[in-house]
Amino acid sequence: MEVKDIKIKSMKTEDFRDNESLQKYIDELEKGGFGIKVAPLDKVINWGRSYSVWPLTFATSCCGIEFMCVAAARHDFARFGFEVTRNSPRQADVIFVSGTITKKMAPVLRRLYDEMSEPKYVIAVGGCAVSGGPFKSSYHVVDGVDKIIPVDVYVPGCPPRPEAMLYAMMQLQRKIRVESIFKMPKNPENGSVILSKYNSDGTLVTPASETKQIEEGGAE
Amino acid sequence: MEKTLKMIQSVSSSCTKIDAADVMVSVDKKDLHKVCEALYKDGWDYLINLTAVDNVENIEIVYHISKSSDMEKFMVLKTNTTDVENPIIETVSDIWKSANLYEREAYDFFGVRFLNHPDMRRLFLRPDWVGYPLRKNYDNTPNEGIPSKVHDMDACEDVPSITLDRHGEIVENHTKLFGRNEYVVNFGPQHPSTHGVLHLRVSLEGETIKKIDPNFGYIHRGIEKMMESMTYPQMLFLTERLDYLCGSMNRHALCMCVEKAMGLEIPKRAEYIRTIFDELNRIASHLIGWACMCNDMGSITAFIYGMRDREKIMDIFQETAGGRLMTNYYVIGGVAQDIHPNFVNRVKEFIPYLRKMIKEYHTLFTGNPIARGRMINCGLLKKEDAIALGMSGPNGRASGWHCDVRKIAPYAAYSEVDFKEILHDGGDTIDRYMIRLEEIEESLKIIEQLIDKIPEGDFRAKVPAIVKVPAGEYYQRVENARGDFGVYLKSTGDKSPYRIKFRSPSMVAVSGLDPICRDTKIADLIMIGGSLDYVIPCIDR
Repeated sequence: MEVKDIKIKSMKTEDFRDNESLQKYIDELEKGGFGIKVAPLDKVINWGRSYSVWPLTFATSCCGIEFMCVAAARHDFARFGFEVTRNSPRQADVIFVSGTITKKMAPVLRRLYDEMSEPKYVIAVGGCAVSGGPFKSSYHVVDGVDKIIPVDVYVPGCPPRPEAMLYAMMQLQRKIRVESIFKMPKNPENGSVILSKYNSDGTLVTPASETKQIEEGGAE
Repeated sequence: MEKTLKMIQSVSSSCTKIDAADVMVSVDKKDLHKVCEALYKDGWDYLINLTAVDNVENIEIVYHISKSSDMEKFMVLKTNTTDVENPIIETVSDIWKSANLYEREAYDFFGVRFLNHPDMRRLFLRPDWVGYPLRKNYDNTPNEGIPSKVHDMDACEDVPSITLDRHGEIVENHTKLFGRNEYVVNFGPQHPSTHGVLHLRVSLEGETIKKIDPNFGYIHRGIEKMMESMTYPQMLFLTERLDYLCGSMNRHALCMCVEKAMGLEIPKRAEYIRTIFDELNRIASHLIGWACMCNDMGSITAFIYGMRDREKIMDIFQETAGGRLMTNYYVIGGVAQDIHPNFVNRVKEFIPYLRKMIKEYHTLFTGNPIARGRMINCGLLKKEDAIALGMSGPNGRASGWHCDVRKIAPYAAYSEVDFKEILHDGGDTIDRYMIRLEEIEESLKIIEQLIDKIPEGDFRAKVPAIVKVPAGEYYQRVENARGDFGVYLKSTGDKSPYRIKFRSPSMVAVSGLDPICRDTKIADLIMIGGSLDYVIPCIDR
């Protein structure tokens, strides 16, 4: 599948800036037998899914105010299908991690993520959630929320403008469009099923654990 | 002030006067409690701030005290202990209620234990945290470990405290936070109405609240420790991230603190611009406060309206400063760049617009009989309680306490404008609700008086390339949208501070939740919390 086949109502494909990385993502999925050809039924389902992504009301600090602005009158993310925020993780599809995640908050965020039902997505909003941001050198801050939960879209900024968040939402919609909810991605080498976000022992695949494995392998 | 000094000397022989200009008194730790009691009886009933400082050879506790009846009076009391390994100092939380949380904070950051304090738990960090981060010998390099288990949800948490027995020996006591038969509900840290990540443990009897125990630290970012290794211009950026809704005002406090210490003269133009920006920021903050409070009470319309009108202020900020929420506009010596040519016109257009809108808010929501029925006589805070808790700002003024720093110790251009300090005397939720809308109108009045009079000239004073603050201790207060915000700065003459502490008006607001909410219904907790309008990252820092 090509990136240009993903049609989003609000923006043209060529207006998106990082189509290459999305193409790479699609290629990876195809290698795993995930989205070789999106079936017509998938297309219909994905169309529906991508326009009804409901975020969880979650904010820890400053970026939360900009998140409120996106939800409120002027920017109004309901236009893009992000309709309403949900207060319970059970009812939410996407979690906007807006704000710094501290060592004390990290397990709470992880629990919230675990409580959300699949399929679920994560958008890391702001410098703090992306990498620790201005608080990277602090003793009590998690440097990057991807150490705890897998992240789908990163939005840099301190805090990001509402427009940047809308852009991130549309990127997420495009990602949703290429998935198939009927197929499980397979490992191209041995044909075993790879669960999207879990390791074989049931633990979560996080970039941190992946890099660790790579580093260990390199040392040998 | 001489009288006060004599009074202290009559109580304690160890008292020494440190500074001639402000009253800065040092007492021996043995006499501390006696002196504080005498001060309280003399009318010094408002403890503004309590800070610990690690001087390596000793640990110092600094008290900033004022009189609620005469708020211009201000004094600094100090005591210290040379026992750095196991510092113990007598508590003053039985004299000033507001000391309760400050002393817990000092324990959390410095390991100072307070004798007779009822509750010596950590305030911000997890109970299993090792070390006291603001000590000078603490290794603050970020460590890799991320805890995987949620702590602090246990209602049967152990509450340690230390007292003296009859032989004068120190004994450790342990009690439980809640009784075995109490019904405790966890409220937060993830809850849409906690205005951040606040965790409350609420003990209920049926629907009636019996006790609230706030649990902070879910957004403790270690700002104060980070600042100890930053230069002054770098520090400014983090002040806006404390209480992001009134970022400009917080930044103003630190700028003024450094400017005063360096003896910098600020151009008139910069002072006017800063005042206008502060007031615009106050309006934006009160609008969010109002919008969120109404949202908490179930009125989505109010939320949408408040956020809509706030966007107009964001536009003005953005045009001049470049930022929306974080303006990053004030710098040491003035402002970063001159105002945009459109600034004056935009502000002038905005004033009548918002006046019209506030009328609409009143018709839409203030007059709503359901809202009034819920708010009137609910969540009462008496004036004495407000003072004892140190609850300044709009919350204190709703209880009739004259505590506006803009009036008490005018800074920037506030001495040149004519405005009213809004005072209510009911102290219930509707008073706290009304005071915010009325303060918006006063802020508009201030802006109206200043906007045509912005003087010509420089917008920034000449500042040395490397900002160094002369050795000494400084305290600067400003009135931010939540109350009395303060910066305590201790410098050794270096380019970064030795110790910096921010006095958070939100922390005292949350400490007031327990006395205010007792014997009200749990549904009202949300509304009362909304009316107190606290911002959690300012508490946790």
